Amino acid sequence: MFYREAGEFKTSYAADQAIFPIPQDRWFVLGLVGVAFLVLPWIVNDYWTNSILLPFLVYALAAIGLNILTGYCGQLSLGTGAFLAVGGYSFYKLTTAFPDLNILLAMMLSGGITAGVGMLFGLPSLRIKGFYLAVATLAAQFFIIWLFYKVPWFYNYNATGQITVPPREFLGVLITGPEGVNWAKYLYTLTIVAVMALVAKNLARSAVGRSWMAIRDMDIAAELIGIRPLQAKLSAFGVSSFYIGVAGALMFAVYLGAAESGETFGIQQSFDVLFMIIIGGLGTILGSFLGAGFLVLLPIALELVLVEGLGMHTGFAEQVKFILLGSLIIFFLIVEPHGLARLWQIGKEKLRLWPFPH
Amino acid sequence: MLFFVEVVISGLTAGVMYALVALGFVLIFKASGVFNFAQGVLALFAGLTLHGLLTGTVPFVHTVNPAWAMPAWLAILTTIAIMILLAIVWERLVLANLVNQEHIILFMATLGLAYVLEGAGDIIWGSDVKVLDLGLPQGASDYFLDTFNLYVEKLELFAAATAGVLVVVLALFFNKTRIGRALRAVADDHQAALSVGISLRTIWVIVWSVAGIVALVAGIMWGAKSGIQFSLSLIALKALPVLILGGFTSIPGAIVGGLIIGVGEKIAEVYMGPYVGGAIENWFAYMLALVFLLFRPQGLFGEKIIERV
Repeated sequence: MFYREAGEFKTSYAADQAIFPIPQDRWFVLGLVGVAFLVLPWIVNDYWTNSILLPFLVYALAAIGLNILTGYCGQLSLGTGAFLAVGGYSFYKLTTAFPDLNILLAMMLSGGITAGVGMLFGLPSLRIKGFYLAVATLAAQFFIIWLFYKVPWFYNYNATGQITVPPREFLGVLITGPEGVNWAKYLYTLTIVAVMALVAKNLARSAVGRSWMAIRDMDIAAELIGIRPLQAKLSAFGVSSFYIGVAGALMFAVYLGAAESGETFGIQQSFDVLFMIIIGGLGTILGSFLGAGFLVLLPIALELVLVEGLGMHTGFAEQVKFILLGSLIIFFLIVEPHGLARLWQIGKEKLRLWPFPH
Repeated sequence: MLFFVEVVISGLTAGVMYALVALGFVLIFKASGVFNFAQGVLALFAGLTLHGLLTGTVPFVHTVNPAWAMPAWLAILTTIAIMILLAIVWERLVLANLVNQEHIILFMATLGLAYVLEGAGDIIWGSDVKVLDLGLPQGASDYFLDTFNLYVEKLELFAAATAGVLVVVLALFFNKTRIGRALRAVADDHQAALSVGISLRTIWVIVWSVAGIVALVAGIMWGAKSGIQFSLSLIALKALPVLILGGFTSIPGAIVGGLIIGVGEKIAEVYMGPYVGGAIENWFAYMLALVFLLFRPQGLFGEKIIERV
């Protein structure tokens, strides 16, 4: 039938509260998830897994994390790179200290550790706001990166200062390390990301999420209607850091396999993830995926077009890529400041009237 | 004691350099509420352009044609013209289309600008480290060496003097000229300024041009100190703690903040660094600024934040 709510009769509160009230939406998303889970694992090859799917999923998870903090709770953070690092290094320490520890559990623990660190660095947010807070989170970024670089305990005193993931299995299939099986890596990451995205979506629709949004829209007014800023802000920092921490553990263990504090988790990561949520759409879970997809695919596509297509010199193409990336970001900000998720929404609203627009 | 004084002085001079970059931030934030992340890249771009014009580098080709080399004054004027042109293009193409957007969107747009300028600077002028030779004084100052037995770089004294002149000129410009009054009106209240007939767009072009010129000064000073190279764009990160310490909206704040950060950083590096393994200058400034912020959330000289529902 046509794409609209009319004629959809809800008979239970559960149906009324569904994430996708329109059946077409529901089927579309289910189909997409079905393809991602059932079809893609069979056909992925090395390139697709390691250059496109894994970075996309990992960055999407990090973007969801930052979106909870910045998009839903309105606290601008530039410390994402550092929190990714905390996740990655925690996982490294955990899995090397307890080799038998289940890696899923280890990743969740890494997320928990990151949540603690995030809440610690979130404390100033109670007093500092806006760009002042953004710069304050840079303190976390630089301090944590420096710490991981200076204290050899974090990288188990090895000579290079790098951390390399040891081979670890999950349910009997090798996931991490250079020998990791591609489809298993992909499926493992996809499962974590899908479940956590669902949790995030529901969290955002719950009382906690509403308190975040109230703080974002006007913190004093929120305080007056009885929302506790301390709890709302710190829970946002905590949940956000948990997501980013798990993303960091995935990035280090599954996607990259090795990491170095300053190189892998530098300030550039913070900006990249921030770009993703702004291009994708602040305060939407869908936007986190769209933004991550955009920023992961765009450089690859540009590289393909410039180097392979136009035969440019690699160094030159690198700079052209910079210019195009910058211009495209500005272009998207001008065309749709509310992000790709908003474009998607506009499309759906158009579809809702189609084919009888009057 | 002498050593301590030397440390403090080198901190002060380093602080002046940070303040030069922070000044550009403050100017733009004051007038348009835009947190301009591209200030460091602007300094880099201005420095590259100036160097290219001075040596007669052919754009895009990176070969040197000595016949094109300009005398210093002409090169500086041309660079200023290019920075103004850049401000006009930026306003026409981007800012005019982003009126009334949220701060974070504008902030992101300046990040985009930083990407574009970084790539463009590289393509046009080449990526090698460039030595900027404007005949600025170099080496240790004899006066300080003879009288107080202190080692002070001439260049840093010169930078301090330049920063002083710059602040005085900017203060005069803001307080004594018509345009300056209009700028302050816009900073105070965009809508009220519009309603008395001040053109926001002209003001923005002016502000970005002035910020471009300040960036040029910063580029010259940093270029003379450590050569013009890609890392120059990262001095923006050095200027941020200065900025929050002094307050986003205060020109004197940028200077005082710069001095506090410069001195604090140097003292910490010398007296605390050895105990924690060194290289603390990356984050110490931020921590210092954070401690100040906990007591004054709007920075030392920032406008008092009054919040109403």
